[in-house]
Amino acid sequence: MKVGVVTFPGTLDDVDAQRAVRIAGHEAVALWHADADLRGVDAVILPGGFSYGDYLRCGAISRFAPVMTEVIAAAGRGMPVLGICNGFQILCESHLLPGALVRNDHQKFVCRDQPLVIENNRTAWTNAYAQGAEITIVLKNGEGGFVADTETLDRLEGEGRVVARYLGTNPNGSLRGIAGITNEAGNVVGLMPHPEHAVEDLTGSGTDGRGFFDSVAGWAALAAATLG
Amino acid sequence: MGDVPKVVVDVMPKPEILDPQGKAVLGALPRLGFSGVTDVRQGKRFELEVAGEVTEEVLADVHRMAETLLSNPVIENYAVRVEES
Repeated sequence: MKVGVVTFPGTLDDVDAQRAVRIAGHEAVALWHADADLRGVDAVILPGGFSYGDYLRCGAISRFAPVMTEVIAAAGRGMPVLGICNGFQILCESHLLPGALVRNDHQKFVCRDQPLVIENNRTAWTNAYAQGAEITIVLKNGEGGFVADTETLDRLEGEGRVVARYLGTNPNGSLRGIAGITNEAGNVVGLMPHPEHAVEDLTGSGTDGRGFFDSVAGWAALAAATLG
Repeated sequence: MGDVPKVVVDVMPKPEILDPQGKAVLGALPRLGFSGVTDVRQGKRFELEVAGEVTEEVLADVHRMAETLLSNPVIENYAVRVEES
């Protein structure tokens, strides 16, 4: 598969995301924020960082970058899109996912190995995991508190759209401990922790993040089976 | 140049949204010897200078700007007003 990784001004984790894509056996394609062109990719990753310096609100300016017009259209056609950390913020600002991410309730940046539970393994980015799998990957954010109104939270939980939840102490004040969510179709996933930093034993906290990048290969078959 | 009217957009976190920055400011005030403040909410103020008259059409445009870019309606409320300088 060809997996595009978007670089915005201020993106930090695009190179790690590209590496994770290659380790999972895909071709990584660099995409540039100012180009309204997805270069024929089969899936897109919006990586972490501080795009546009987090000016205005995290992800607020990136949402209007030329490449995002294409990403939003492709997501609507069912293309797998994964937003990690700042990418998750961009997906919320783009209204591809509901809710928003606000400053951590304890006001400090958090950087730690974070245990999670995979609560939905029927998405484009989590189908390589067992339902209920417990994984540990890096969490590093200043504005990672997921918020939405009660009705939206109830709908996300009722429809099984909470993809991952924090285990143990809530690290950033996210409502109901939500670490990641998906859209109705399961092709768009936003995740606050960083699976791309946990894909090889050489560095980091293990390889628990690799499944996100393996999953996208299995999505076409899974989506077809679900629709059929 | 002194009489150019400004369109001001105030953006505030919704009351039900936790505002850690406001809380940090609230916590700092007593340490500086200021007492009696019971709550602080921190928001943003945008001052827009527009070419020509501030017509109803211009204000309608500003409302659209506020809804699409200046604020995130999921977590923030906004208010638009004209300030004569």
